[in-house]
Amino acid sequence: MLLAAIGSGFVMALLAPGLTRRLGRAAGWVFAILPVTLTLLFAGAWSAAADGAPITTTLAWVPELGLSLSFRADGLSLLFALLITGIGALVVLYGGSYLHGDRDLGRFYSWLFVFMAAMLGVALADNLLLLFVFWELTSLSSYMLIGFGHDRAPARQAALQALLITGGGGLALLAGLVLLGVGAGTFEISALLGQGAAARIDPLYVPAVGLILVGAFTKSAQFPFHFWLPNAMEAPTPISAYLHSATMVKAGVYLLLRLSPALGGTELWTLVVGGVGATTMVLGAVLALAQTDLKRLLAYSTVSALGLLTLLIGIGTPRALEAAVVFLLAHALYKGALFLVAGILDHETGTRDITRLGGLWRGLPITAAAAGGAALSMAGLPPLFGFISKELAYEAALAGPGGPALIAVVVIAGIGFVVVAAQVGLAPFWGRRPTDEGVAHAHEPGVSLWLGPMILSLASLGAGVFAGAVGGWVGPAVASATGTPVTVRLALWHGLNPALWLSLLTLAVGGLLFAARRPIRNGLSRLNPVLGADLGFQAGLGGLNAVAQAQTRFFQNGYLRFYLLMVVATTILLVGGTLVSQIGVGWPLDVLDVQAHEVVFGGLILVAALVAITSRSRLSAIAALGAAGFGVSLIYLWYGAPDLAMTQFLIESLTVILFVLVFYHLPHFTRLSSPGARARDIVIALLAGGLMTALVLTVLAVPLFPSISGYYGAVSAAEAHGRNVVNVILVDFRGLDTLGEITVLGIAATGVYALLKLHPRNPAVGPVYDSARSEDGS
Amino acid sequence: MNSLILQTTTRYLLPLLLLFSIFLFGRGHNEPGGGFVAGLVAAAPFALYSIAFGAREARRVLRIDPRWFIGFGLLVALTAGLLGVLLGRPFFSGVWTYLVVPGLGPIDLGTPMLFDLGVYVGVFGVTLTIIFAMEEAD
Repeated sequence: MLLAAIGSGFVMALLAPGLTRRLGRAAGWVFAILPVTLTLLFAGAWSAAADGAPITTTLAWVPELGLSLSFRADGLSLLFALLITGIGALVVLYGGSYLHGDRDLGRFYSWLFVFMAAMLGVALADNLLLLFVFWELTSLSSYMLIGFGHDRAPARQAALQALLITGGGGLALLAGLVLLGVGAGTFEISALLGQGAAARIDPLYVPAVGLILVGAFTKSAQFPFHFWLPNAMEAPTPISAYLHSATMVKAGVYLLLRLSPALGGTELWTLVVGGVGATTMVLGAVLALAQTDLKRLLAYSTVSALGLLTLLIGIGTPRALEAAVVFLLAHALYKGALFLVAGILDHETGTRDITRLGGLWRGLPITAAAAGGAALSMAGLPPLFGFISKELAYEAALAGPGGPALIAVVVIAGIGFVVVAAQVGLAPFWGRRPTDEGVAHAHEPGVSLWLGPMILSLASLGAGVFAGAVGGWVGPAVASATGTPVTVRLALWHGLNPALWLSLLTLAVGGLLFAARRPIRNGLSRLNPVLGADLGFQAGLGGLNAVAQAQTRFFQNGYLRFYLLMVVATTILLVGGTLVSQIGVGWPLDVLDVQAHEVVFGGLILVAALVAITSRSRLSAIAALGAAGFGVSLIYLWYGAPDLAMTQFLIESLTVILFVLVFYHLPHFTRLSSPGARARDIVIALLAGGLMTALVLTVLAVPLFPSISGYYGAVSAAEAHGRNVVNVILVDFRGLDTLGEITVLGIAATGVYALLKLHPRNPAVGPVYDSARSEDGS
Repeated sequence: MNSLILQTTTRYLLPLLLLFSIFLFGRGHNEPGGGFVAGLVAAAPFALYSIAFGAREARRVLRIDPRWFIGFGLLVALTAGLLGVLLGRPFFSGVWTYLVVPGLGPIDLGTPMLFDLGVYVGVFGVTLTIIFAMEEAD
């Protein structure tokens, strides 16, 4: 069932482009059927998970690598799966209206379903490597969706940035997961968690945790990787609501929650996870105050929320983990709603600038109500669900190991939420109406746009009012994160405890900051460019490109003779260096015991080579090279390798034909190189020749391995049905090598064909065509 | 190049060299020969043809674009490697059978020979792709 649930998304992704064209306006409603169905299915699986017997599916994929298609739907997985499909259904519906008329709507749906399926895979995978595969798929679909408006440069840049950061983190994650799996002896997550504390005392613990954390932090936009998330707001708003707020950016948080029973609880974990989370949380809260764009405001507050989640996981007490799971749910509900509201405002007024929005409740009463509910939940007011989650977070901080400093940073984040909630969910709808024509005459959108935020807002309200029921419902999810069965009791009223006083303080300070938002924004926006890690990223990327260009200009300068020089010189350095330092040049004693015919062959080759290098005519040089080749063939023939001799003869003949064809296109023979360059070339050539000589002598003198020719000779006819040992080696004993060689030949032929047939006939393409210039003269 | 001698010789050499290449290929497993050298020998008359009559004429005589031979040769060679896998043995295991031809006795047939055929066709295609492309470059 789990496999089918994930597979259905991929199937839908294939069908979506065609269906979108057929269905027209109804596409959003029809497409929403799949996520709604999946939501019901996952809800049905809940009781099994609550009973401690979650649904599992296992199918072998690559057993040699420990990679199996195993899925497991326990409480935490199901909580995520329900968020993915539930909010997914609303976003699918919303997206159809939001992007109505866009010619790429089919592609939008396609990637949206790829993402949904991949994210379900991340949430449900019970195998570390399988989880990684889906993890990368979410990065990829995120890249495609951020860059949906690919005709705009900022969208492309933001997409690339997100891909580079999450993809780079993915590499670290893969290494970390492999270390973890190797240390534990299993890649199955449930088996790993069953080992208890074993992973924490494994010698690979520190590197594994470090690498996994890099992966989780990049995905969940933690400091210092946080900057890709605000930039990802280039994506269409439904995507921002779905991927970059409710689900994908929480994949890192999910991974930390999932692995915390096995990896958490150590000092390293608490310090790094907690410290990074706290930093991110405060940074996001402060930077949010500088924004005027609705979506960027929400994005920075999402960064802050992800920081809070990470911090709570770092604290790691059962109460903190409970607060993390509850906050995760509350945040997905209210932030998803607010993003969708921001999209409606953008859609109806044409602007996302909060300084230009106001008094919109008359035109958009339903949207105003939905936004108000979500904003009150975000600000943490009773009886909304956000209030409960904030109280839990405060209680966890009060009981946590960090003392007053910890409490202070959590309260700062809470204050930040209040200010952002007021700016996004309340300010645009109330107060004075601006004179702006578009804003003043904005009106309510269709039901498919306001339904999503309305349902999410009502869910925030319902979850707050019926907190007791929700508590029982998130219990299994918390149990997955703590590793032990827990009972979660949620209630609106916790008594007059310190957390409540902190809440009142939060609201009061938040209200003051909201009142003073303009001067604060002005002050911060001067500071923001300096603080942005974005600049560091851009500088790094620019540096990388500069290095790549410089080394390409140096190594790939277009002169074939330079390439040859480099290849030969590198070989001399590496092979010659190794030979002299490691093995030493051998000198077989019988090397001077030469026969007369050998002198003749050798003399022929030498004379031919000398003619080739001194000739002033191309044709005679090539003919001389051919003669040298024939001399080598004679040696083959004499020593009983007729196959080699025959092939060599043919190759020499064909080479001469090829050269004759090429000569036709070449300019007259001229000396291009300076005397200095010629001297350098002579030295390199002599060294290369000397190296080959030394190598051959050494091979003869130092029998590193026993010869295999006796074996080949013995089994060739008996086992390989052939008496020609050379050919049997080529096609049977070492057939794989030959397959590689003919593949290389095919690639080379394709390359020659492409160079000759497909070149743009443009003299300005590069130095390749500028054959009159010399490398030394310019 | 308009040489009557070359043109006339090429016409007669073409079938002869092709026959010779098949002969080389056929004996390769037991005597000097084999797919590689046979592919070169088979390509040679077409190379001569393209020098004598131009690449256009040579392509017309060959009928099939030589690039197809590259792919086909690689495909045949790969198939030869995969036949062993179908029988549950490692990649590139030789699989042999024999064919009884009346008058000649049993003839060994095996995947290495099929592989050699792939090499033959592939080398033929590579050589002619390069030579024709060079001949046609202006």
